[in-house]
Amino acid sequence: MYSKEVMDHFMNPRNVGEMPDADGVGSEGNPVCGDMMKLFIKVKDNRIVEAKFQTFGCGAAIAVSSMITEMIKGKTLEEAMSISKEQVASALGGLPPQKMHCSNLGADALRKAIDDYRQKQGKGEETSPLP
Amino acid sequence: MECYFDHVATTPLRPEVLDAMMPYFREEFGNPLSIYPLGTKAREAVENAREQVAGLINAKNTEIIFTSNGAEANNFALRGIAFARQHEGKHIIVTRMEHHSILNSARFLEKMGFTATYLPPDKYGLIDPEAVRKAIIDETIVISVIHASPEVGTIEPISEIASIARERNITLHTDAVASIGNIPVDVKELGVDLLSMSAHQFNGPKGAGALYLREGQRIIPLIFGGIQEGGRRAGTENVPAIAGMGRAAEISKAELPMRVENIRQLRDRLIKGIMKLEDVHFTGHPERRLPGHASFCVEYIEGEGMLLMLAAKGIYVASGSACTSKALKSSPVLLSMGVPTHVAHGSVVFTLGADNTEEQIEYALEEFPQIIKRLRELSPFSKGWGEIEEGGTCIPKK
Repeated sequence: MYSKEVMDHFMNPRNVGEMPDADGVGSEGNPVCGDMMKLFIKVKDNRIVEAKFQTFGCGAAIAVSSMITEMIKGKTLEEAMSISKEQVASALGGLPPQKMHCSNLGADALRKAIDDYRQKQGKGEETSPLP
Repeated sequence: MECYFDHVATTPLRPEVLDAMMPYFREEFGNPLSIYPLGTKAREAVENAREQVAGLINAKNTEIIFTSNGAEANNFALRGIAFARQHEGKHIIVTRMEHHSILNSARFLEKMGFTATYLPPDKYGLIDPEAVRKAIIDETIVISVIHASPEVGTIEPISEIASIARERNITLHTDAVASIGNIPVDVKELGVDLLSMSAHQFNGPKGAGALYLREGQRIIPLIFGGIQEGGRRAGTENVPAIAGMGRAAEISKAELPMRVENIRQLRDRLIKGIMKLEDVHFTGHPERRLPGHASFCVEYIEGEGMLLMLAAKGIYVASGSACTSKALKSSPVLLSMGVPTHVAHGSVVFTLGADNTEEQIEYALEEFPQIIKRLRELSPFSKGWGEIEEGGTCIPKK
């Protein structure tokens, strides 16, 4: 059902865990619906220098979380913000149609983490719409 | 090590069953309706299988109608009786423990002008016969109660419910797909009018099922056409699969009493080992359950993750988790038993069969705790669900 990339990120997830000194935290989902993702970022000079995640969810949700933390490292906040759910799914070699909502959760959690960072910086920008 | 603990999904085909099927793929390829010898041999194979399947459940040969699977038997039973008796009333009773083939047939009947009552189970997945009695109205014509749940293993009090149904002249159907091959099933003892079964659940082939229809019961066919199965189920019979089902039924009848105790002991060992783990809940009835069935909800993680990680270790299990199904809905069975939705996502089901060994149980008990630990390390809820807000959102504990 899953691609090699999904299984690799599920079995060997990158950047797992809490980040107590995170500059921005974003949570998306609801465990009652079956998935919840928490994304932590550390930002330096407008670039994401570190990212971590915690996820309650299926194999796809965990793989998406792992992949998105890899994709955003080193990117500017604007570049990270422009990552779409399709790009995450594509980097994972595709997701089954019924699992595409998992990649949505990843992109949404990222946006919330960036928003949180900006709020903390006093910039308070509104979440940009999903690309 | 490979451990197949998903006998609720399907069971391995026995070599003797395959041997019984092979001639009907090859030289004995006749159509059972043909009157020349090639057809006669195929007809004999079907009738021999009918006798073997009838023998497994203490029925008469004439009371067995072959279908293509258990889901077809369930559809046929509920819809066939409802339409046959609709002039007497248009109310049906089913339970929330049923397979989709019953629940969706009930919903279809509602669209056709019937009314349906969906009875909830208790926290162990048991249906109270008195609740069935209370749900009966003058218009009730058919009741369907699953014999044993494939999700939580609970065995329902069918004979008590049958007495109630008989008092009110209501037809009783039971879906015995999960129980046949795991516990002795006798239609006379159960007192049912109809019973569904599926060959691949008791070491037979996929593509063969049967419906027991008590003599004298009228039913409207699901498939119209020719005169096969006494005009009650049209279509050329799947002769090899039916021959295989018959042989599997014969083997099951002979071997079941010997293997039940061994399977039960292995299951109890598995349950004891898994229940030592923290925040793991046993689901289903502690005693009234299938001998090879062990089902749990593991908190803070999702079932599909467990299933995939166990599979990577060669351990094959099932889960009622939403994410293992395309419907993405939590198990209606677990929810109807009162399991909270977020906990139901952590469902994991081990179903044992005749080929499982002590070594496999030990291996599973060695690997499973590590998998739970690993997945909990990934979860924001590893320290607990915390508060649950209105609408069901959990706030992870700090």
